[in-house]
Amino acid sequence: MAQAPDLLVQTIWEGLVSGVLYALIALGFVLIFKASGVFNFAQGIMVVFAALTLVGLYEKGVPAFLAVIITLGVMFALAVTIERVVLRPLVNQPDIILFMATFGITYFLIGFGEALFGGNPKQMIAEQLFLPKGALDLQILGGLVSLQKIDIAAAVIASLMIAALAAFFQYTRIGRALRAVADSHKAALSVGISLNQIWVIVWFTAGIVALITGIMWGARSDVSFALEIVALKALPVLILGGFTSIPGAIVGGLIIGIGEKLGEFYWGPLVGGGIESWLAYFIALGFLLFRPQGLFGDKIIERI
Amino acid sequence: MLYREAGQYKSTYSADMAVFPLREDRIGIAVILATALVAIPFFGSDFFIASVMIPFLVFSLAAIGLNILTGYTGLISLGTAAFMGVGAYACYKLTTFFPNVNIIVLILLSGLFSAGIGVLFGLPSLRIKGFYLAVATLAAQFFLQWAFVRVPWLFNYNASGAIEVPQRTLFGLPVTGAAATPETRYFVCLGLVVVLTWFASNLVHGKLGRSWMAVRDMDIAAELMGIKLLNAKLMAFAVSSYFAGVAGAMMIFFWYGGGEAADVFSIRLSFNILFMVIIGGLGSLIGSFFGAAFLSILPTALKFGLPALGIPLAGAAAEHVTFMLVGALIIIFLIVEPHGLARLWQIGKQKLRTWPFPY
Repeated sequence: MAQAPDLLVQTIWEGLVSGVLYALIALGFVLIFKASGVFNFAQGIMVVFAALTLVGLYEKGVPAFLAVIITLGVMFALAVTIERVVLRPLVNQPDIILFMATFGITYFLIGFGEALFGGNPKQMIAEQLFLPKGALDLQILGGLVSLQKIDIAAAVIASLMIAALAAFFQYTRIGRALRAVADSHKAALSVGISLNQIWVIVWFTAGIVALITGIMWGARSDVSFALEIVALKALPVLILGGFTSIPGAIVGGLIIGIGEKLGEFYWGPLVGGGIESWLAYFIALGFLLFRPQGLFGDKIIERI
Repeated sequence: MLYREAGQYKSTYSADMAVFPLREDRIGIAVILATALVAIPFFGSDFFIASVMIPFLVFSLAAIGLNILTGYTGLISLGTAAFMGVGAYACYKLTTFFPNVNIIVLILLSGLFSAGIGVLFGLPSLRIKGFYLAVATLAAQFFLQWAFVRVPWLFNYNASGAIEVPQRTLFGLPVTGAAATPETRYFVCLGLVVVLTWFASNLVHGKLGRSWMAVRDMDIAAELMGIKLLNAKLMAFAVSSYFAGVAGAMMIFFWYGGGEAADVFSIRLSFNILFMVIIGGLGSLIGSFFGAAFLSILPTALKFGLPALGIPLAGAAAEHVTFMLVGALIIIFLIVEPHGLARLWQIGKQKLRTWPFPY
């Protein structure tokens, strides 16, 4: 550990960046869970779908910023459709049924996205959206540490979005209504909160988060359906941070991101590498045994 | 009319508790078994037997395994494919260690290894359930899938990193490897599935099955009634993983015949089997068969059936349509018929009972 401090810093930085990206996906989960009690398995595919729509529209000749606006429209249409077709008939069903319904949404979106835009990996239109390119090289601890500018931008955008969301939940009327719905569908309905409206709002917000995540993630690698598996990393992040906590998603994301990069760096070579694929889950599992509600989660939890 | 219950009196408790108390049901089962044993091998083409019937049998067994865990005990698992993989690799290692032991015995034994690993990953279920447990089983999925690729001992240090299924014989006939005909492989699979289904049916109708259902319906009440949650849940994991392990061993030895086994047991397969259970019917053995039949035949039917009807659909497009259809079907089933195809089957029987004079 002491021989290469610059490598250590580089590793931690890379962990931080992937942590931010995990956190962004987890944020979409938390939004929907917090506001409707639905564990949305489809958040990962929503990220892919949003990014794919954006790039697909651009490839069809739509200007970049118009494409962003149209994609937002598509995500809104998706939110309305999901509310109408899936959620409304399933009001007051057990949580696990709603969870499985989001599996259905996932598979439908995979097929739909591939049918519309093809399954080949695509290049994200980072330059057209004025996202910075290139790397920043720093002299740290006698070595060269290279920071991608796009990663710094991702971190900044993520923090801004989180601040905005936290304020939205804490201080606005809709935010309070969202929290009421999360506590109990029935009780919220009985005090005159429109469940349908709230669901559309929250799924649309999750759609916006998905689009931003898709842009940031697509700018680092390509836009492809492989992201869907990576998105499953958001689950241990959620367990670590708690299902209902926005700051929890961030802190959990950073811990998982750094933890798995450090684990891969130091212990990966001992067992043949590639332990990144499961280390996050084991960190989360170990954590579950001690604090099942997560770092910032609500105390009330369904467990035996 | 066709399904006449009236007049079938029972004079003993065992007759009353029978799995198939109605004569019509017994005749139905006999007809199905006769079809599977005689009609399909005689009239089915090699392609039909090898790429429709064998996958169907393998998936049915895996779906029964997951149904025991998710449908009967109410513990959700996203790691079925990993437990299937454990069975496949265990069987491969066993057959290299004991080349002279009958392959059927080894396949049945390999399920035990899978059961052990299943219990290990089922341990967190004592403290957590629901989504949290789903994440715990995902840990099993990703860890085991990683181990299948990175632990060379598992595939005997092959350069290709794949399992190569050796030829093994039964009564002088090759049942695994390249020389085995689809018919022999089909018969072995059928035999295993029938015996294990009978075993599962007895389990879920017995004391253990009742305690599983009690845990599913309300665990606290079950505990108050004297059911030990620890035993019931771990037994559910063990039995479920046993079935998955046997199904996985069958998958590699009788269907794929080797190849990139680690890729086969991916999370996609886990999801597919979960969908079979949802669409077929949670908590129903016959539903597992319906779900497996539906989802294993759907892609083939779309690929070959639609062009036959005159609707041109290329390979990739057929795959997209399959994804969309499966997704839509899951949602439709959850909304319209939460008990799945098994419930439709029951409704059909009810209609036959009152036909032709429905009330």
